[in-house]
Amino acid sequence: MTNLLDGLIAPLQYAFMVRGLLAAVMVGVVCAVVGTYVVLRGMAFFGDALAHSILPGVAVGYLVGGGARGPLFWWALGTAILASLGIGAISKKTKVREDTATGVIFAGAFALGIALISTARSYTVDLTHFLFGDVLGVSRGDLALIAVFGAFVLLTVAAFYKEFLVLSFDPVFAATMRLPARFFEALLLVLIAVTIVVSLQTVGVALMVAMLVTPAATAYLLTKRMLPMMALTAVIAAASGVVGLYLSYYTGVASGAAIVLTCTACFGVAWAVQAVRRKN
Amino acid sequence: MSTFTTPFKSMLTRHHAPHQPGTPILAVSGLTVRYSGHAALDDVTFDLRAGEQVAVVGPNGAGKSTLLKAVAGVLTPTAGAVTVYGQGPGGHICIAYVPQRTVVDWQFPVTVRDVVLMGRIGMMGLFRQPGKRDFAQVRECLDLVGIADLANRQINELSGGQQQRMFIARALAQEAELMLMDEPLTGLDAPSQEGIFQLLRDLRARGVTIMLSTHDLDQAVQYFDRVMLLNRRLLGFGEPAAVFTPERLMAAYGGHLHLLPLNGGLVAVGDTCCGGDHRHD
Repeated sequence: MTNLLDGLIAPLQYAFMVRGLLAAVMVGVVCAVVGTYVVLRGMAFFGDALAHSILPGVAVGYLVGGGARGPLFWWALGTAILASLGIGAISKKTKVREDTATGVIFAGAFALGIALISTARSYTVDLTHFLFGDVLGVSRGDLALIAVFGAFVLLTVAAFYKEFLVLSFDPVFAATMRLPARFFEALLLVLIAVTIVVSLQTVGVALMVAMLVTPAATAYLLTKRMLPMMALTAVIAAASGVVGLYLSYYTGVASGAAIVLTCTACFGVAWAVQAVRRKN
Repeated sequence: MSTFTTPFKSMLTRHHAPHQPGTPILAVSGLTVRYSGHAALDDVTFDLRAGEQVAVVGPNGAGKSTLLKAVAGVLTPTAGAVTVYGQGPGGHICIAYVPQRTVVDWQFPVTVRDVVLMGRIGMMGLFRQPGKRDFAQVRECLDLVGIADLANRQINELSGGQQQRMFIARALAQEAELMLMDEPLTGLDAPSQEGIFQLLRDLRARGVTIMLSTHDLDQAVQYFDRVMLLNRRLLGFGEPAAVFTPERLMAAYGGHLHLLPLNGGLVAVGDTCCGGDHRHD
């Protein structure tokens, strides 16, 4: 028992570990709330695409700043908001299907980001951080940014909860109620964009979609109302963040991957539970 | 009953443009809707009187859904005008659109009560939470359609008839005076259909105007004040006997034959319809 307790406490002597845990929990909660909409509205591919398409913005910030990490958040935020609204606009105006248009833009932007970063000397290390996250490198300033923008996302969702619910469940009904659907659609895209930027350092571009989708999908299997689904998603995501970090600490596995794998394991369990329930 | 009607009236004067007595509840003129060149609706003109119940019939692809959506203000018409009590549909939220059951995601994590509560959203406004009055109204509407005991069920646990009742309860919670129902009877068994007709009689007693699309010509004749025969153009609108003439029915349908008892005689018409699984809008 004391061994277990020691095992839990030992990593906390490192400040970077404490900051990492705080970041993982906050990111988990924010991703959970937004991820609920991503799952219910079938926007997983959009979320994945958006996460990848901010890479060129991050790359430009990285090159302009000569490798400084501080301003990257703002570069990522600007790119993400532009990209989220851009993907929405372009996919509506072309003849190709929406998912195809999204795929074209996202792969192109992603390649551009890699190309830009590859012009720098230390590119493999930094690229890895962007792609897979670097939660143990989170600074106090990063934590403050995560807290402020995470709170913005949560408060916005709380303020427009019933509007988002109606729009997600029954857009035609929302239109008869004269809800400004376009405004709320755009707002949701912006919220997804902000969430992705906030989570960037924890799981990175490539694994982002897992944070948006996996905990929410897990809760979806186990709940039958929206608010409990959000709450359970938040618990799963935050717990996975903590468990994943400890796993990473003791096994040496990359932290982002450890967090995502923990989420995936939760989904597996929920899926099995549900399958058994259905049989009985 | 009266507890429902009183707040209903006060709400209306507060939230809606004033209703002129004597004007038709709905006036549609020259309504045309085109999707990429081809006309789904062509120059449709008609009026609805307050409190009447109208069935819209026509073959698949006749534009029934399109008409209901254009009246609801969900679709912007290519040409023509829709006015409710003399106002554009934007000025009124007293119209409720009851969707086809097949277009709803029944796995969505909401309970029956959650869905009916959505009907109150127009009365609440932004940044307001539902209050006692909203919940009381929701309870009353659930009672009225006879599914109060199912309030806490996830919507996936409902039968087809119950699903339809839930949407009618939402329209009631919305305090709608004009309900547009898109094929509410399609895919329901006979007892469930009878239940919906009973509900329509209750709505008649409340003075709710109904416009309902259906594939079933017999039911259209039997249960409705007026029928509208539609096939992109308005082929007839009035008393069933005057509208369902062999010439008009042939113009609307053609094709397969179907026997329709009317005024003691039989009229042969074609109905291309069947199950409720296909969408046509």
